Amino acid sequence: METRSDLRTEELLINMGPQHPSTHGVLRLVLTIDGERVVQAVPHIGYLHSSMEKIAEAKTYRQYMPFADRYDYLNAMGNELAYVRAVEKLCGIEVTPRCEYIRVIMAEMNRIASHLVYFGTLGLDTGSWSPFLYCFREREAIIQLFEDTSGQRLLYHYFRIGGLRNDLPSHFCDKLAEFLDYFPARINEYNDLLTNNIIFQRRMQGIGYLSPELCRRYSVTGPNIRGAGIPYDIRRVVGYSVYPELEFDIPTRPEGDAYARHLVRVEEMRQSVRILKQCLEKLPEGEINVKVPRRLKPVVGEVYERVESPRGELACYLISDGSEKPWRLHWRAPSFYNLQVLPELLKGAYVADTVAILGSIDIVLPDVDR
Amino acid sequence: MDSSLIFTIGNALRTWLEGLCRAHGVPTLVVDILAWGTGAVLVVVLGLLVALFVIWLERKVAGYIQTRLGPTRVGPVGIFQTAMDALKILQKEDIIPRGADYWLHLAGPVLYFTALVLGFAVIPWDVKATLAATVDLNVGLIYVIGVTSVGVLGVVMSGWGSNNKWSLLGAMRAAAQIISYDVPLLLALICVVMVAGTLSLTRIVELQGSAGILGWYVFKPYLWLPFIIFVICGTAEVNRTPFDIPEAESELVAGFHTEYSGMKFALFFLTEFDHMWFVGLLGATLFLGGWYSPLGAADPIPGFVWLMIKSFIFVLVLQWFRWTLPRLRVDQLMGLAWKFLIPAGFVALAIVCVAVLFI
Repeated sequence: METRSDLRTEELLINMGPQHPSTHGVLRLVLTIDGERVVQAVPHIGYLHSSMEKIAEAKTYRQYMPFADRYDYLNAMGNELAYVRAVEKLCGIEVTPRCEYIRVIMAEMNRIASHLVYFGTLGLDTGSWSPFLYCFREREAIIQLFEDTSGQRLLYHYFRIGGLRNDLPSHFCDKLAEFLDYFPARINEYNDLLTNNIIFQRRMQGIGYLSPELCRRYSVTGPNIRGAGIPYDIRRVVGYSVYPELEFDIPTRPEGDAYARHLVRVEEMRQSVRILKQCLEKLPEGEINVKVPRRLKPVVGEVYERVESPRGELACYLISDGSEKPWRLHWRAPSFYNLQVLPELLKGAYVADTVAILGSIDIVLPDVDR
Repeated sequence: MDSSLIFTIGNALRTWLEGLCRAHGVPTLVVDILAWGTGAVLVVVLGLLVALFVIWLERKVAGYIQTRLGPTRVGPVGIFQTAMDALKILQKEDIIPRGADYWLHLAGPVLYFTALVLGFAVIPWDVKATLAATVDLNVGLIYVIGVTSVGVLGVVMSGWGSNNKWSLLGAMRAAAQIISYDVPLLLALICVVMVAGTLSLTRIVELQGSAGILGWYVFKPYLWLPFIIFVICGTAEVNRTPFDIPEAESELVAGFHTEYSGMKFALFFLTEFDHMWFVGLLGATLFLGGWYSPLGAADPIPGFVWLMIKSFIFVLVLQWFRWTLPRLRVDQLMGLAWKFLIPAGFVALAIVCVAVLFI
């Protein structure tokens, strides 16, 4: 007969993904778990690698524009902004004030849309289904405006080097103002549904603690670092485009846990509303495009242009050899850097927390793999 | 139409058939088995039909909570949607994963389903004279708790037999959860038993109905705490949000039924929704006066209908929970059971003790 000393427990190696409902795409996490506790988590990436950077070397600067949309698909406008700003800096092109304002309007609208997707999917990750559909209802209003403007709903290809594809449609400003009027009240509704729910709070508070030190070591950016109490926002640090002319706060939370990151994102949506309202007021009349040579041949050199994407510091690094095509293009993709810190956050967490922490970091897989 | 008429006709038919069989020399044992078996089959069929309806209702409720419409295409307001889904799932291939334990994989859903269906046997549907419980056990409540608790064995069997780590995790969670929540549930039920002084479900309902609507146990202040505990534990017993961790979709893929397809999966699915209704029936029987009408004895609506209405109040509340609340984490779930509900159960027991002694 077996004695009790023969009984033993062992750690279980389990594959979370690439096919898993909550890894937000094709992320594969190899978890070593001890009962319900995660002992070790190793993210395996690359399932969505699509040579986004290599492709740039075979395309002219203009031809690469639609590719810029495609890797962080929740922030297509923001990606375009980073890319056009890099190319314009390289070529020394100055765009018109109206164009700058419209670009910022688009980027901020896209930030709200992206945070709405984050909010909804975090709800799904924590088992709450309804916020997702409410968030998508509001996201639909934004997407509809994008569609009216650019003809596309997800990958807009709206920005052009030296300007924009077309000016805003005539009803755009009224529709947007209407949206900005009712949207803050809707955020309160979502908070009632999810953020202020005691179950949700208990689940999110105290998990996935990200210290400022850890943020610096892994160069975590975006709402994640602001959730750790550091007011690091490229819109303020660099102050690109028209952001220096606009009034907005950089929301931070000192706690550093998943709930703090969540609150930062919710507050960022409100700040984006503020920015958009100001933009609508200040939006100047005038041309949207400047003259750009048909054959775009920048001088030999390199630029590194940073913008604040909903996920953090997004940068486009371009090296020109003087030809029509970039010699090298590199994306500093925020999701990639933010994902690096995941194994540290998952140590000792519950299996259930894994998805909540992953959701709170808010990665987009094509942005990781590119 | 008066329901008792239907039941009288039914009883007459049964008596006639029994007589017919006996007259042709069929042994008494066979006749008895046939007679009881017919009742059992009727209850199972009713259960399955209601499960289909509950699934449809769930989708409608979810739709309206989430600013959409739910099913609308098949039949009026999509009422036949789930029937069509059931037909579809019947045609699906039954996949048994490589390395799975065939018999455990098969027995899991069957046991899960059977355990629940057995529980329906003692539910009193209507007044004794028309349609009593299929069986009126004098230990009905103990029987219900006993047989429905067996269902967790089915979950563990399927989790272990699937040869899938997610299933295993889900099964372990289910076992821990259902065993934990059985304790406060029992404490809440003991309170009812103490007040009623009987374990027979039929008797419990009769005791409530004798004093009109205010005699229902839910209207007795000293049974409010047990009632709340019952609703919380009932939600946990049927593995629904916020206590749906055994099959937490976003964590465990699909928990213990990850590796099931076709009719085996349908068995899990139907059982789950049936279980929800069963909790509603139990709640209606124990706290809401069972088949009794709130309008008093003169009410023409049959008791059976009232029982359905009352049980569906529970079902709707559970659905409302599901589409509003996020899910608890596994340690919080255990903490809620052992640190809060069980002490609360003992407090409720003490309150009821005092109440029974002095009121």
